[in-house]
Amino acid sequence: MKKLIVILLLAVTGYFLVDSFMDLGRTGPVVETGVKDFYLDKTVSELKVANTITSIVVNFRGFDTLGEVTVLFLAATALGGILYKRRHHVGERSVLFPSSPIVRAGSKLLFPAIVLLGVYVFIHGHLSPGGGFQGGTIIATGFLLMLLAYDNFSVSHNVLSFIESFAGIFFVLFGFAGMWAGGTFLENFLPVGTMNNLFSGGIIPIVYILVGFKVAAELTGLIYTVLHEKES
Amino acid sequence: MENQMFEILRYGIYGGSISLILIGLYAALTKRSLIKIVIGLSIVDGGIHLLLIAIGYVKNGTAPIFSPGFENAVDRMVDPVPQALVLTAIVIGFAVTAVALSLVIRLYRHHHTLEIDEIKNLKW
Amino acid sequence: MFIILVFFLIILMVGAAIYAIVQKDLLYAVIATGVISLILSALFLLLQAPDVALTEAAIGVALTTIIFIITIRNTVRHEDDFKDRDDLKSAVK
Repeated sequence: MKKLIVILLLAVTGYFLVDSFMDLGRTGPVVETGVKDFYLDKTVSELKVANTITSIVVNFRGFDTLGEVTVLFLAATALGGILYKRRHHVGERSVLFPSSPIVRAGSKLLFPAIVLLGVYVFIHGHLSPGGGFQGGTIIATGFLLMLLAYDNFSVSHNVLSFIESFAGIFFVLFGFAGMWAGGTFLENFLPVGTMNNLFSGGIIPIVYILVGFKVAAELTGLIYTVLHEKES
Repeated sequence: MENQMFEILRYGIYGGSISLILIGLYAALTKRSLIKIVIGLSIVDGGIHLLLIAIGYVKNGTAPIFSPGFENAVDRMVDPVPQALVLTAIVIGFAVTAVALSLVIRLYRHHHTLEIDEIKNLKW
Repeated sequence: MFIILVFFLIILMVGAAIYAIVQKDLLYAVIATGVISLILSALFLLLQAPDVALTEAAIGVALTTIIFIITIRNTVRHEDDFKDRDDLKSAVK
């Protein structure tokens, strides 16, 4: 009976979703508001950044990004608070079965390559696909691999929180420096350089590198907390 | 002919993402295991992301990146705004999933069950 | 060719979603959600969104799956079959 009601409800919802979306974009682009052209134009002419998504995330909607990394920080904090208990077993992993020597040697070989890939992705965020969020998550997956392969691999929470707060504070400081120099939060105040160079785009690469460090530290801490959760 | 192919492609992607959303909502509404409910919500997440990306797609589109050789392809570039929104939405979705699962672990530690019908403190 | 590939991926994705919902063993269901994320990232790449594809590949496939697996390890692995229990209750009455 309950399932029948749910299926009826979902049928109504699905009908309206299909009805509203199937008519969208029948001719040409879906939404013709000019926002896309504005962003594409300004990205090339003013900011000299190759990747439009980077310029939107860091510059045009930079305040959004600040809120988002704050949400990530709050999620990591809430996770630590929810899973808190008096730690009798500090240092013990919840995944305790020993891994084979092949897995250990392979992950030791792969770990620097994964971290290097992550760093590459967020340094070149303004030139090619990638950026702070992508690079940060790739670095976090590298740490996850090491945490799963080795029982005694541990990361220091002090170092993580230092990196995290350092990156966050400098993000906000760069925003206020833009206010001081240009008038709005995260206004570009450095020379933009020439397009498709590594050193171009003003403050965009710097802010995205800070976002990459912050995301990597937050996700690594989050995974570390969850991995050390043990059935009591 | 080409326009018709594009229409079919668009209908297919919209249909796939809408069916993903409906499947996830069905799981979240009818299943009684808490982990199944979280799985359903993450499926809904994926469907919404695909829907937003598909709205921004244009015919024969290229990625909105001005690499060398693509400076004059502005007309063919797909809409970058939904992509930027989805980029942030994925990371936030992961944070939400992590917090939900930690709440699941906490509930299991108190009640020793995952059935939402047996956790009576939620009823009034 | 492009359209055939996209349709194949969409059918595979919806099939994985249905499998994740009907499967009683939660570990299999979680692996199916990982498959959904993988196919989603391939679709993002085909729809010319490489940034989103990178993020989805790292987060959806690796991090979300591992957090689900740790949760299952700390709780129960099988979703209980409620139908049988209802039958049992009515039989006892």
